[in-house]
Amino acid sequence: MIPTQLQRSGSGSTQSPRSPSSQEPFLSVSVIDPAKMGNGVQAYISYKVITKTNLPDYQGPEKIVIRRYSDFVWLRDRLFEKYKGIFIPPLPEKSTVEKFRFTAEFIEMRRQALDIFVNRIASHIILQQSEDLRIFLQADEQTMERARSQEIGIFKKKPADLMQIFKDVQSKVSDVVLGKEKPVEESTPEYEKLKRYIFELEDHLGEAQKHAYRLVKRHRELGQSLSEFGKAVKLLGICEDNALGKVFSEVGDKAEIVSVKMQREAHHLLMNFEESLKDYVRAVQSIKATIAERANAFKQQCELAETIKFKEIDLNKLRLTRSEKLADAEREYDVLKADGEEATRRFEAIVQLMNEEIVRFQEQKTLDMGLAFHEFAKGQAHLANGIAEAWRSLLPKLEACASS
Amino acid sequence: MMGSENQEGGEAHLQASREEMESLVLDGDDGRDHIGNSITSQSYANYRSAMTTLSSSFAASHHPLSFPTPADSDPLLSPPSPQPPLLKSPNSPKPRTTATDDPHHLDPPSYADVVSSPLDDNIEANGGSESPSQHSENSASSFSRSPFSSSDYLEIVVSNPQKEAESSKNSIVPGNNAYVTYLITTKTNISDYGGSQFSVRRRFRDVVTLSDRLSEAYRGFIIPPRPEKSVVESQVMQKQEFVEQRRVALQKYLRRLAAHPVIKKSDELRVFLQVQGRLPLPTSVDVASRMLDGAGKLPKQLFGDSRSVMGPQDVVQPAKGGRDLLRLFKELKQSVANDWGASRPPAEEEDKEFLDKKQWLHDLEQHLTNASKQAEALVKAQQGLSDTMGELGLAFIKLTKFENEEAVLNTQRVRAADMKSLATTAVRASRYHRGLNAQTVKHLDTLHEYLVLMLAVHNAFSDRSSALLTVQTLLSELSSLHSRAEKLETASSKIFGGDKLRIRKTELKDTIRVTEDAKGCAIREYERIKENNRCEIERLDSERRTDFVNMLKGFVTNQVTYMEKIGIEWTKVAEETNRYAKETA
Repeated sequence: MIPTQLQRSGSGSTQSPRSPSSQEPFLSVSVIDPAKMGNGVQAYISYKVITKTNLPDYQGPEKIVIRRYSDFVWLRDRLFEKYKGIFIPPLPEKSTVEKFRFTAEFIEMRRQALDIFVNRIASHIILQQSEDLRIFLQADEQTMERARSQEIGIFKKKPADLMQIFKDVQSKVSDVVLGKEKPVEESTPEYEKLKRYIFELEDHLGEAQKHAYRLVKRHRELGQSLSEFGKAVKLLGICEDNALGKVFSEVGDKAEIVSVKMQREAHHLLMNFEESLKDYVRAVQSIKATIAERANAFKQQCELAETIKFKEIDLNKLRLTRSEKLADAEREYDVLKADGEEATRRFEAIVQLMNEEIVRFQEQKTLDMGLAFHEFAKGQAHLANGIAEAWRSLLPKLEACASS
Repeated sequence: MMGSENQEGGEAHLQASREEMESLVLDGDDGRDHIGNSITSQSYANYRSAMTTLSSSFAASHHPLSFPTPADSDPLLSPPSPQPPLLKSPNSPKPRTTATDDPHHLDPPSYADVVSSPLDDNIEANGGSESPSQHSENSASSFSRSPFSSSDYLEIVVSNPQKEAESSKNSIVPGNNAYVTYLITTKTNISDYGGSQFSVRRRFRDVVTLSDRLSEAYRGFIIPPRPEKSVVESQVMQKQEFVEQRRVALQKYLRRLAAHPVIKKSDELRVFLQVQGRLPLPTSVDVASRMLDGAGKLPKQLFGDSRSVMGPQDVVQPAKGGRDLLRLFKELKQSVANDWGASRPPAEEEDKEFLDKKQWLHDLEQHLTNASKQAEALVKAQQGLSDTMGELGLAFIKLTKFENEEAVLNTQRVRAADMKSLATTAVRASRYHRGLNAQTVKHLDTLHEYLVLMLAVHNAFSDRSSALLTVQTLLSELSSLHSRAEKLETASSKIFGGDKLRIRKTELKDTIRVTEDAKGCAIREYERIKENNRCEIERLDSERRTDFVNMLKGFVTNQVTYMEKIGIEWTKVAEETNRYAKETA
């Protein structure tokens, strides 16, 4: 939906040199047209994903594919595995409550979130070059299905995996407390601060989002009771004579009009404000997942370092005893050394990426929230002014009635 | 919930500007919170008490327009007042008692007149000399309003409940017989009272007496019903809340009485309000004693004691509240005959206009009940919106503080500033909504008031039907007496014992004469009550029209006023955040 200019990063372009063309390369994606497929328990919603691009790797200028929610999940999981350190854009949750799965509102909320998801990937310097993205946007449905079912076993573990990682970190901490081993957890003051920030932020945002959702409900309830009240007032008016009866009737009608305005604002609030807050929460949760990955990488690096140290000791022992196992041991040691360097490299890449990502995240969130606040204020102002105007139009008549 | 608001307000004040700080800290002190709370978080009963708490700050909304002159100057009626028709309701409402608690609650300039007092407009409509912008500080114990000398007023305040112990010598039930008395302070310029301000102490039992005497004296009138007795008086009386509720209810009741053009001049009310010490009105005797009394007299009545006949003086009271069991039985028999008998009753309600009106009032009652219920739901929903908006605002204030404290990048501070703007406006909007709701409650309370009045209308109509029943009973009795007399006439020519017969004939003639007199009285009474009904209903009609218009006008005006203010606030924030919209456009 949002046409995205492909970024050219200042610090060394990661893109392959393009043939000179007068046209700027672009990649634009939309997720539209949700449609219910299948019946009964196996029913699901499919979405049209339209890609407009002039990139050489893509089948341009336009390609339409059909995707379902689990395809998006596949994409997210692949990116998460491949691009550790990057905050992968969050997905809307799976619906746990059966009866809401096919309500118009839920479907629209999900479609909107999925559209934002893909667009964020498409506009991310690094992620937009992902092969998996290309498959997602271009492959035919059968290929997609095959890819999806293949990977489902390996990557599906994530939530449990996350928990495991956190538990590991926790157990390492308790080891230190019990005086066992040195902690296998990275703890620079800056990083500690960041972690604390992320965790607390999630709490605060969660609370705000909860109230936002309740506010939507309150708008609906008020709209509903205004409508009922209007009807009751009209009935009362029946008992009255002409002039007064008409006034009652008009008040009742106006109440109904105001009620409709309230319902409209409730919907607007939901889609433009509450969802933005929810999106923010999800984004923070995605960061937590990256934090877990970083912890994992750190642990691996530390464990390898340990192993290497022990291996060194073994090696020296073997050297002294001039054992024939020395050659093998030396080879193993070299491999381990290489692994260690690889682990360190991987970890440091994550750290580097995370630092950049945090900056990008904060900037993006200021923009996202700014827009959400704007929409909130605009909607509320529109509602209040609309209500004032609606009622104001009745005042002259009421005035006339009162003085007659 | 409101409690947490307190804490949040306290914490956040460090961040907020001084003005905002004041408004946030005020959240805890604001008396409105309590009222707002009681509407959402508690049951219907408490909502009612909340409504009464709010509306106790202003009088019954009845504004007597023209005083209808009764058809005759029946001695049973208090003499009509020679005053000009413009009788004012004593207490004009304080539109926003709660607003005075909060200095940040701005008075809306453009609608000051209208929002202030529906009654003031009422007066203007009737050519009264008051300006609509006058409104009084009518807190529970102050009379700061300056009345105009041309109109009558009767202001009543009920306050200062105190527990007093009854001496246990006289009571059958041993132990602590504590009861509560209330201080009733009256301010008036009605000449009958011969004084301008005075106080008495009364207990609830006295109020029951007053109410009963008024019902007897003013049959056919629409008399405001008194507050209910409590089923388990002595236990409930301990609770502070109950006493307070009762105080409010008593005040409302007395003010309604004072607003009634006829009753405000009644001796009963005057005596109740003015006479120190024991209330000099005959007390109502309980049903049991009356029945015992009546049962004692019954044998004499049955054996033909001439005093058993219904005399004119008895006829003007309904059978129900009296001790005459025989009369009760006779009227009961008559009413059964009316309903189930083969022939039509001797006199019937023929006034078609009355019957139509009765039906119309029945419909009105239905619709009022419905509207009252919906009004309550509306108020609850408005309150819910206000509360949640406030909670959202506070959550964002917390977030703002958090981002500012933890900020590493400048963009976080920018976001925190945006958030703060939204948060403070949300809190402000929440308070406006709460203010709107308080006003809404006041205006829509008219519905509740009229529902209460419907009850009184029923009573007025049943006065009429019981008077009719008395007439019918007497007519039946007369016809049976006449047929007995006839039989005696035809018999006397045949039978011997002439003396005894003559005595019986004379006695019968006497009885017939007395009964004829009674019948005449009963009919006059019935007609009188009919006329009272008619006048009162006329009065009710015009008052109702006025009150309902004012209710609607007040409701609508409040909506406009508050929504305008809320709209202005949000427009400011929308403009401040406009740059974000442009960027992503």
